[in-house]
Amino acid sequence: MTQTTMRVFKLIFKNTLRHKLRTFLTIMGIAVAIMAFGLLRTFVSAWYAGVTQAAPDRLITRSKISITFTLPLAQKEKIARIPGVEAVTFGTWFGGYYKDPKDFFAQIAFEGPESFTLYPEFIVDTAGLRAFGSERNAAIVGQATMERFGWKVGDAVQLTGMIYPGQWDFVIRGVYTGATDATDISQFLFRWDYIDQRMQQEMPARAGQVGWWVIKIDDPAKAAQISNAVDREFDNSADETLTETEAAFQQSFVAMAGTIIFSLEVISILVIGIILLVAANTMAMTARERISEYAVLKTLGFNGGHILGLVAGESLLIAMLGGGLGLLLMFPLLQGVGAALRAWFPAFPIDPMTYPLAVVSAFAVGILAALFPAWRAIRVSIVDGLRRVG
Amino acid sequence: MAAPVVEVTSVSKTYYRDKMPIPVLSNLSLVVPEGDFVALMGPSGSGKTTLLNMIAGIDRPDSGKVTVAGTDLGALGESDLAKWRARHVGFIFQFYNLLPVLTAFENVELPLLLTGLSKKDRREHVASALELVGLKERMDHYPRQLSGGQEQRVAIARAIVTDPTILVADEPTGDLDKQSATEILDLLTQLNRDDHKTIVMVTHDPRAAEHAHVQRHLDKGELD
Repeated sequence: MTQTTMRVFKLIFKNTLRHKLRTFLTIMGIAVAIMAFGLLRTFVSAWYAGVTQAAPDRLITRSKISITFTLPLAQKEKIARIPGVEAVTFGTWFGGYYKDPKDFFAQIAFEGPESFTLYPEFIVDTAGLRAFGSERNAAIVGQATMERFGWKVGDAVQLTGMIYPGQWDFVIRGVYTGATDATDISQFLFRWDYIDQRMQQEMPARAGQVGWWVIKIDDPAKAAQISNAVDREFDNSADETLTETEAAFQQSFVAMAGTIIFSLEVISILVIGIILLVAANTMAMTARERISEYAVLKTLGFNGGHILGLVAGESLLIAMLGGGLGLLLMFPLLQGVGAALRAWFPAFPIDPMTYPLAVVSAFAVGILAALFPAWRAIRVSIVDGLRRVG
Repeated sequence: MAAPVVEVTSVSKTYYRDKMPIPVLSNLSLVVPEGDFVALMGPSGSGKTTLLNMIAGIDRPDSGKVTVAGTDLGALGESDLAKWRARHVGFIFQFYNLLPVLTAFENVELPLLLTGLSKKDRREHVASALELVGLKERMDHYPRQLSGGQEQRVAIARAIVTDPTILVADEPTGDLDKQSATEILDLLTQLNRDDHKTIVMVTHDPRAAEHAHVQRHLDKGELD
C-alpha cells in the first residue's frame, strides 16, 4: 500500500466522522437492515427446516382426501407386506393444550416405543423408553418443551384435548434431545393406545383410527415405486391413501405457506433495497456538500479516479461498518428470536449462506450508493464546483 | 524582457444562462513574462476570474489559444491537464479552500501526494513551505483553529509547496481584514521578489493591485 493510498484512507476516515450523527444513523440503519435481512432469511430457513431434515428412507402415508382424515389401524399389516418396506408405525395428531390454548406445542400419539426406532434423530434414554413401553399414559417430551414449561421427568401433566375431547393425564417418563441443531425438540409424544382405549368406550366410531403411517423403506431410490404400491393397495377402498416421501410431505405444509414465504423473501430483498436508497441519500448529501472540496482537489491535480475513491471509499466504510455491526448483532438476535418462537419454529437454523450474503449485500450497498454521487462529483466542472464556495 | 510564461491569444468565452448567451471574454490576448506579478482588475462580471481560470487550466476558451509554461493547454485532455496543473500551477483561492478535516501540514502536503516523493521528502517540503509563510509552529492545527489570514497563508504554502511555474490568485485578500490582507500581499510580493515566482492575481482592490508590477483592467471581456 502506497503512502498516498494511506493518506487517502486517512482522509476517507476523517470525512466519515465529519457528520457524526448522520454517519451513526446511517451505520445503524444499515446494521438494522442487515439484521432484518438475516432474520427474514432465517424465518424462511425455519419453514424449510422440516423438509431439509426429512429422512430419505421414510415415507408418509395419509388419507388421500386430507391429512385431517384418519386411517384404519388394519392397514398396517397390508403395508408391512409390501416389498421394500422394512418397518411401519404411525402417528396421530392430538391437538390439545396445556393450561392456555395459546401456548402451542405439537402433541403426537405414537404407536409405542418401537416408533422411536424410525426416528433416530430423536435421542431418548433407555429408561425412558422402557417406561414408555410399560405405562399407557407415559409421555416422552422434547427438551425445548420441557424447559419451556419447567417440567421434570416424573411430573404429571394434564392436557385438554380439542380433537379428542376431555382432560388427559400424562406422566413424563423421558426427555428426548435432537441429533442435530435442526431437529424438532418441541414435541410431546405419548402412546396412541391411551387415547384409543377411551375412544373405544366413549366414541367407538373413532376407535382404531390413526393419523398417518410412517414407513421405513430399504432403499430411498425405490421411494416412488413403494409409494405407488402402498397407494395401489388401498385403491377403491373406503380409505384411499396418498403416500409420499417425508420431505414431500413436509413440503406440502411449506407450500401452504408459500405466499408468506415468498413475501418474506421479497421483503428481505426490499429491505436491502430500502437501505441502499438511505445510504445513497446520505452519500448524495455528502457529495453535494463537498462539491467545492472536490473542485479544489481537482484544481490541485487530483483526477476523477481519486474523487471516485474518496466517495466510494467513504460509502464503503459506512456500509461495511453497518454490515459488520449488523452481523455482530444478528447472532444474538436470532438466538433470542429462535428461543421466543420455539413453539412455532422448533428448529430455527441460521442458513450458513446468510453471513456471506449479508457481507456481499453491505458491500454492494456501499458501492452502489456511491456510484451516482461519485459520477456527479466527477462530472461537475472545477469552475462550477468552486462557485459553490462561501 | 524575460520569456513569456503565459501567452493568451485571441480567446473568447461565452457562458449560457437558461440558453441565453452571456459573452465573458472577447478576442482577448495577454502575455505574462516569467517572474512578473500581474494584477487583473475590473468590475464584477468583467471576465477576470474566467481569464485566470483559463491560465490555471481549469477552464477552456471557446476559441483562441492559451499557452502556459510552453504547453498549449487546449491540446491536453482532462487527465493530462490535471497532471499539468499539479506540476505547474499553484492556486490561491479567495476563501482559502482548505480541507477542514486535515491539519495545516496535511493540507499543504496534499499536492505532494501526487508527486511520488518519499514521506521524508514530503515532510521537508511541507515544513519549508510553512516556514516560508511563518506558520511552521502551527502545522498541527486544523483550519478552524486558525484565523482567516493564517488560513490564507496555509493556502499559499499549499500553492507553493510543489514549486509551481506560476501562482494564480483569485481575490486572495477578498475575505480578509486590512492587516491580514497586507500580510498576504507582502508574502506574495516576497515570493515574487525573492523566489522569482510568476504571479497572476485577480483583484478589485486597488491597494492590493499596487503590489503587482503590472495592472491590467478588464471591462466587458476586453483588456485595456
